[in-house]
Amino acid sequence: MSDTMIGTAVDGGFGDPPRDAARAFRAALQALSRPGTLHEIAGAVPPAPCSVAAGALLLTLCDAETGLYLAPSLDTPELRDWVAFHTGAPIVEAGVADFALGTWTDLAPLDRFKVGTQSYPDRAATLIVEMDAIAQSGSRLTGPGIADAAYLTLPEVAAFQANRRKFPLGFDTYFTCGSQVAGLPRSTRVEDL
Amino acid sequence: MSDYNFAYLDEQTKRMIRRAILKGVAVPGYQVPFASREMPMPYGWGTGGVQVSAACLTPEDVFKVIDQGADDTTNAVSIRKFFEKTAQVSVTEHTKDATVIQTRHRIPEVRLTEDQILVYQVPIPEPLRFLEPRETETRKMHALEDYGLMHVKLYEDIARHGEIATAYAYPVKVEDRYVMDPSPIPKFDNPKLESAALQLFGAGREQRIYAVPPYTKVVSLDFDDYPFDPSKADYPCALCGATESYLDEVIVDDSGGRMFVCSDTDFCAGRQEAAA
Repeated sequence: MSDTMIGTAVDGGFGDPPRDAARAFRAALQALSRPGTLHEIAGAVPPAPCSVAAGALLLTLCDAETGLYLAPSLDTPELRDWVAFHTGAPIVEAGVADFALGTWTDLAPLDRFKVGTQSYPDRAATLIVEMDAIAQSGSRLTGPGIADAAYLTLPEVAAFQANRRKFPLGFDTYFTCGSQVAGLPRSTRVEDL
Repeated sequence: MSDYNFAYLDEQTKRMIRRAILKGVAVPGYQVPFASREMPMPYGWGTGGVQVSAACLTPEDVFKVIDQGADDTTNAVSIRKFFEKTAQVSVTEHTKDATVIQTRHRIPEVRLTEDQILVYQVPIPEPLRFLEPRETETRKMHALEDYGLMHVKLYEDIARHGEIATAYAYPVKVEDRYVMDPSPIPKFDNPKLESAALQLFGAGREQRIYAVPPYTKVVSLDFDDYPFDPSKADYPCALCGATESYLDEVIVDDSGGRMFVCSDTDFCAGRQEAAA
């Protein structure tokens, strides 16, 4: 490990971990409990190409007890070092991951990820999908957390419809772009417009 | 400078609780197991609710605690002071000013908003527990969506008492999937479970967390010929005159004298102030 890599790995964590993580979690909680809403989530400066929002999610939710899968485009030595230093999360294969980080095309095929069991549907993966843009337009969302309907740009509709059909099993998804995060729990019904 | 980590719990514990809360939100009504910690209060005093609150609170929050609707009981005061000290959050007794409300056995009368989180203290999270004591079996029943036993229980109520006699912790079905115990709130509060606010449930001793996201469908179990009835005492509040609020019966002397007053102290005080 070179000196520069150590430098990148040590920097970019939360400045005030208990309070920064509390604020980041509230953003993540609001995002997942209100699908189709966008939230600022900040405080982390992970090595490129990982976004600020994805970095903050990793710092807030991952630790030595959670396996993290890094999809090829994000699986860099710099990010591995950063994750190891700040969270201690083991980097694992997709099939056993609790969290997975990547672009949408990167994360395919999605049937690799844990969807929980009928007895323990909570034992399912959370996907963190890096996006070029997130907007409150595009696909129509209905279900828990949504008063009438919400709208969100999704990379694909069919995959989330298939995921919803497995309910209460299924993976849960965060979309990240810059310092913005949106959530799509498995309970959301998705329609193409 | 405080001698505690922010919001008392260590960061590792909060991450574990936060992950459980998020899975609870993703599967409304499903009880997520979590590694509940010992808290500096006895089981039954809201250790589950306190852990969920600790995981959710941010320094900017305004925190309110109610116990059976009241802000001024020992349990409510001590939990409020606990987070005042360990998380330095501001606190309030006014429902509309609060961003996080921890509650024991009531839902505030005032309609909650999208900017609020309601955290319930739950003694027994498993709605089927008194019908089937084995966790292995109740877990299977939830997995198979096998809730016949609960309907038999409600039917036996009707056969014995002529009506569904369950008056609190009245079982609900969440989003057409999981039967859930809404904690021992009076069934009067059940219609308020469909809310704009996020609702989180924490059971410390039983080590379960579950959630009802905003606008989630929550149906109180009933029969076509015995529909759900959110009944209340047939009196107005003796202090503020409210006819639409949930009332406590208070014994006022040794000769059987009694009065009915709002259980929600903030709601009642607000009405009395407005009338004065």
